[in-house]
Amino acid sequence: MKRYFKTIRLFWSTAFASQLEYQLNFLIELLAMLGTLLGSVFILSLFFTGGRQLGDWTWESALVIQGVYTFLDGLTNALLRPNLTEIVNYVREGTLDYVLLKPIDSQFWLSIKKFSFAGLPEIILGLSIVFWAAIQSGSTFSLYSLFVFIFSLFIGFVILYSVWFLIAASSIWFVKTWNATEVLRALLAAGRYPISAYPVVLRFIFTLVLPVAFLTTFPAEAILGELKFNILFFGLILSSLFFIFSRLFWKFALKHYTSASS
Amino acid sequence: MKIFGLSFKVIKTLLTTQYAYMLEYRIEIALWALSGVLPFIMFSLWSQNDVGNSFGVNDIGLARYFLSAFLVRQFSVVWVVFSFEEDSLSGRLSPYLLQPLHPLFRYVASHLAEQATRLPFAIAIAITFFIFNPSSFWLPSLPQLFLAYLSTHFAFTIAFLLQSLVAALCFWTEKSSALERLIFVPYLFLSGLLVPLSAFPSTVLKVAMLTPFPYLINFPAMILSGMSVDIFNGFLAQILWISLLIPSVNILWKLGVKRYTAMGA
Repeated sequence: MKRYFKTIRLFWSTAFASQLEYQLNFLIELLAMLGTLLGSVFILSLFFTGGRQLGDWTWESALVIQGVYTFLDGLTNALLRPNLTEIVNYVREGTLDYVLLKPIDSQFWLSIKKFSFAGLPEIILGLSIVFWAAIQSGSTFSLYSLFVFIFSLFIGFVILYSVWFLIAASSIWFVKTWNATEVLRALLAAGRYPISAYPVVLRFIFTLVLPVAFLTTFPAEAILGELKFNILFFGLILSSLFFIFSRLFWKFALKHYTSASS
Repeated sequence: MKIFGLSFKVIKTLLTTQYAYMLEYRIEIALWALSGVLPFIMFSLWSQNDVGNSFGVNDIGLARYFLSAFLVRQFSVVWVVFSFEEDSLSGRLSPYLLQPLHPLFRYVASHLAEQATRLPFAIAIAITFFIFNPSSFWLPSLPQLFLAYLSTHFAFTIAFLLQSLVAALCFWTEKSSALERLIFVPYLFLSGLLVPLSAFPSTVLKVAMLTPFPYLINFPAMILSGMSVDIFNGFLAQILWISLLIPSVNILWKLGVKRYTAMGA
């Protein structure tokens, strides 16, 4: 366990040093993020014209969802995207062999190697929006609701990670999985809005098949003090299943891995 | 006969070879087509929450608009920046620059070939959409179809030129795909991909119409879906943007090539 923490520290401090060289990139990312946030809030506001609500969510509580989405997007940009999109390159160039030879779990190594610091402002901003909007909509935090909020965010992140890793792992067979990742990203965009705002069929899909609801809507309900305990429990089981499946799938994929030259 | 200084034979060769390339990646292209689901997600939201009425579009109108927006996007998507960045970083650009053919034409050809490969998938998705929303079925009239086709091509041209402008910056900075993100943000929110622009408050709409973005999705999609739209002014704006962008791309590109020192020089 200690070895794993030490590895993370080493990886991320190297990543930080190398990214200091690209300050312009950081600035561009920051601008793009602010623009995206501004645009999404503007589009969201259109749903509320004429005193309407969106799937029984008020304007302030819908902003909480927007905040959770921004937070997760930041985490995605910081951790998931830089690492999981690289897996394809390891397979294509045959360098996956070296990863497999290392005396550390390969899934861990592949998932944690990089950290893009350009994602950090988005993470901070996302959380700020969550708390600001939650206060605006009259929620009073308790230690319990904060705990449930963090726990449900964790559940959401595990699900997101597992699905993404599954797609990335399938590159052992298909090599180019970039497009499948794009389909996933497009579907995840649905998480910008409360799940109850969708038609029944989509609500079902976004809760059970591709559990977008666990990524944004449920954490938002948690901080607003409205999340039901059984949903949390169900989420725990679902995320564990997704995670275990991603690990089993990776083991299975490695059995079929024949390296670039053989 | 020559078009843009290219003989008919060159054009034909370019297109057929690129089409052959693209056919190899049919599954990838099908996935790309699928990744354009955003208009459908937005449609389910707008219609479910009965917001359409507040900006004067009923559910059938919304369905037609978003399907049209999806189709227009399928045939105006551009990724020059990414191809160009890859070619330039891997050194493949140098031989291209030595050829008497402007490298941009190669990219134009590959985009057009990709659109042709995409056509069957786009039709399949449209048919699926009609199966789930039978009441929204419509066939645009021939003049409508022709005008929509023309304006989609213009939209593609504008998007292509915009990205070529960014791609040319590759000669100065290695990371023009980061800059592309900056163009993508206003494109996403002002093009009409998420909502028909008629839903915008009038001041925002006025500002948006001064940018090229509404002419990339909203304008062609309005024509195709049969919504009322100022056709003359729309085409005028598209042509104005094109005639503004062509010389800019040309100049920036020439300056860039002068600066270009290939990899390792």
